[in-house]
Amino acid sequence: MASIESHDYDVLIIGAGGAGLRAAVEATARGCKTAIITKSLLGKAHTVMAEGGMAAAMGNVWEQDNWKVHFRDTMRGGKMLNNWRMAQIHAQEAPDRVLELESWGALFDRTPDGRILQRDFGGHRYARLAHVGDRTGLEMIRILQQKSVAEDIDVFSECTINQLLVNDSEINGAIGYWRETGELIQFRAKSVIMATGGLGRIWSVTSNSWEGTGDGHSLAMNAGAEMIDMEFVQFHPTGMVAPASVKGILVTEGVRGDGGTLRNSLGERFMFNYIPPMFASETADTEEEADRWYTDKENARRTPDLLPRDEVARAINSEVKAGRGSPSGGVYLDIASRRDTDYIKRRLPSMYHQFMELAGVDITKESMEVGPTAHYVMGGVRVDPESTATSVGGLYAAGEVAAGLHGSNRLGGNSLSDLLVFGKRAGEFAAERALAIEHSTLDKQQVDEAVARIAKPFESEGAENPYTVQSELRELMQSKVGIIRNKTDLESALGEISKLKDREANVGVSGTHSYNPGWHTALDLQHLLSMSEAITKAALEREESRGGHTRDDFPAPSDEFGKLNIVATLGDSGGVNIKRESLSQMPEELAELFKD
Amino acid sequence: MPSANMTVWRGDDDGQYEKYEVEYQDGMVVLDVIHQLQATQAGDLAVRWNCKAGKCGSCSAEINGQPRLQCMTRMTEFEEGEEIKIAPLKAFPLIRDLVTDVTYNYQKAKTIPFVDLMEPDENDVRRMAQIDIERVQEFHKCIECYMCQDVCHVIRDHPENQDNFAGPRFFVQLASVAMHPLDQNAKADTVSHGFGLEYCNITKCCTEVCPEGIKITDNAIIPLKERRADELYDPLRALGRFINNLKK
Repeated sequence: MASIESHDYDVLIIGAGGAGLRAAVEATARGCKTAIITKSLLGKAHTVMAEGGMAAAMGNVWEQDNWKVHFRDTMRGGKMLNNWRMAQIHAQEAPDRVLELESWGALFDRTPDGRILQRDFGGHRYARLAHVGDRTGLEMIRILQQKSVAEDIDVFSECTINQLLVNDSEINGAIGYWRETGELIQFRAKSVIMATGGLGRIWSVTSNSWEGTGDGHSLAMNAGAEMIDMEFVQFHPTGMVAPASVKGILVTEGVRGDGGTLRNSLGERFMFNYIPPMFASETADTEEEADRWYTDKENARRTPDLLPRDEVARAINSEVKAGRGSPSGGVYLDIASRRDTDYIKRRLPSMYHQFMELAGVDITKESMEVGPTAHYVMGGVRVDPESTATSVGGLYAAGEVAAGLHGSNRLGGNSLSDLLVFGKRAGEFAAERALAIEHSTLDKQQVDEAVARIAKPFESEGAENPYTVQSELRELMQSKVGIIRNKTDLESALGEISKLKDREANVGVSGTHSYNPGWHTALDLQHLLSMSEAITKAALEREESRGGHTRDDFPAPSDEFGKLNIVATLGDSGGVNIKRESLSQMPEELAELFKD
Repeated sequence: MPSANMTVWRGDDDGQYEKYEVEYQDGMVVLDVIHQLQATQAGDLAVRWNCKAGKCGSCSAEINGQPRLQCMTRMTEFEEGEEIKIAPLKAFPLIRDLVTDVTYNYQKAKTIPFVDLMEPDENDVRRMAQIDIERVQEFHKCIECYMCQDVCHVIRDHPENQDNFAGPRFFVQLASVAMHPLDQNAKADTVSHGFGLEYCNITKCCTEVCPEGIKITDNAIIPLKERRADELYDPLRALGRFINNLKK
């Protein structure tokens, strides 16, 4: 143990995306010795991929907008399964977080009178997303990165945490390794903030980078944290589908926000056939009204192209199944015939670039081919809405790894605001705890176990190739635990996951410990497998269809399940336990907002 | 399936190029072929990547001698059977295979001043016109792929200059501070002094390799040089400073 590189920090933050960086800035401002750990280099986190913008009811474009409207949109988008208090805090605090980012140098696009411009997005009643063209996430990560550098916060880059360490049921540290050298590293920490993002790599078609392997979800669950809503996975309706190698790469909802429309192979704007009763009163039912809505929000209703993402993804899936898809198995997204070239290039520069470079498609002249791609997990670590504290002492969570805000489906634009609102709160409350307590001693047995597990793939006699196991898991989850699910497939998937777990135990790697991606892939497998199990079991338990969880054997939402969270915890045998729990009910003054 | 004729650097400074035949599908980019190679023939092949969509700047390498993003280089650019040679960025110390130690860049980042904005108006609004922020928005497009740093001969051929030279990426960042419409320290002499701007002899190599199309030389470096010349070497200003010094 003496040979392991060791550090002490008041607040240790795992993950350097928007939530982690914002938390770090906050904890540092409150006087804590703070460190950020990231699997990649600083500034490369998945936040850079966020395109459309950051939702905040600033009312710059539509004065009628305010936090109550944003709150209502968020709850309805999540099919009322959201934690109401998180949704309220989020809607109330998001505008301040946008302005704060501006004060640190972010340059959002402007209104004609020089204020922050806001754009339309799915499920938002008013144009609400502060944005920088279609590269808002890059702006956010770079500004926060520069702020962290200015505050001289310690960053451990290309460092992977493999286990949280627990003392007396409370987190007191973490252990992992440097990716560059393979050397071990351990931390003592008074508070740990999980800000590790998502787990899209569980599916074979995803918008997520290699990092999205659910590490934070899995580490927290292994440390005893409760997980909720794991069955709710957002398949973003518009990912690229061709050529095959780019399948899954995100196409921003901003294309539709800026006037693009979805068409099937017959040229029909099919979304008009998929307006659910819940949104019928506020959705246009003619093309004329839908097109007028872009400029006249008072007298026209929203285009069905901008229904919440779960609705649009299911509609695309149905069109393709009915034989009205595009040659590569998607549908068409057309902005070329609806907006002029200059407008498209100005509003969507990186989409123009992406299609031109990767698919040879000029989006100012041709339609894009798009289809659903695994994008975001609504579920994750259960947190206290005020403090982001998890059910384990000393452990906090913010951003995608935390659950509750988005309910069963997240609205576009609510993720970037989530990162800053709850990233800041995580930093604040983690700091408060850290400043009140002392470090405790790391448990040697836990450290030894972690060290053995980290080294195991090199010592394994087994001949399983980690890339093969990962690829088979992803194909399995894509085909059996994808957008449309049923009992037979889910049960069969559980059996297959169990077999893959056995194979994972025999994974072996060769080469050195220096920057060895085969080894890293082998170590990620445990997270992918345990989260696949949690998702599948939760999906089996929820016998209804709602948001990012659709069962063709239970195609409608049920009142009973509409009042329940599915809670997942680590079982004694290392598997996942599932139970049901009642949702907390919102106070009367908020419930009033839903009565029209 | 067509197969690619890949020549890839393996190992550290004492390594060598290895040849591989790798099957690939239509539409693939170089990074896909590298991943295919990892999954089938070389499990420990080290490569950095994240977004695979040209947005994070992690997968920079020298492809047939040119700094390129592996994720944005399509296989259709090459003739079938043509040798595709992939090397790590040359200007930075090699860790292994295609991964280099880019610490130099993160150290330079620590020396760049952070913006210091004027207070917002009485309604808590910072008004800026779109036309005034657009030139800075161009600089904010930077994805930190560090290919401009890699190709800049000031450090590529003369590593000894690293101590005194921030490099094109950071001239872009300096320019974005200097040209922020509301920054109150936005003076060229304060933001450009000590970063080695004078080493740049505007050969525009950085601009040529920028995957975001940022006109680094024309829009960032030259205006900074001009401002610096204007503020420090304008004869009238120099005379003013001389007289002020006499008074002291």
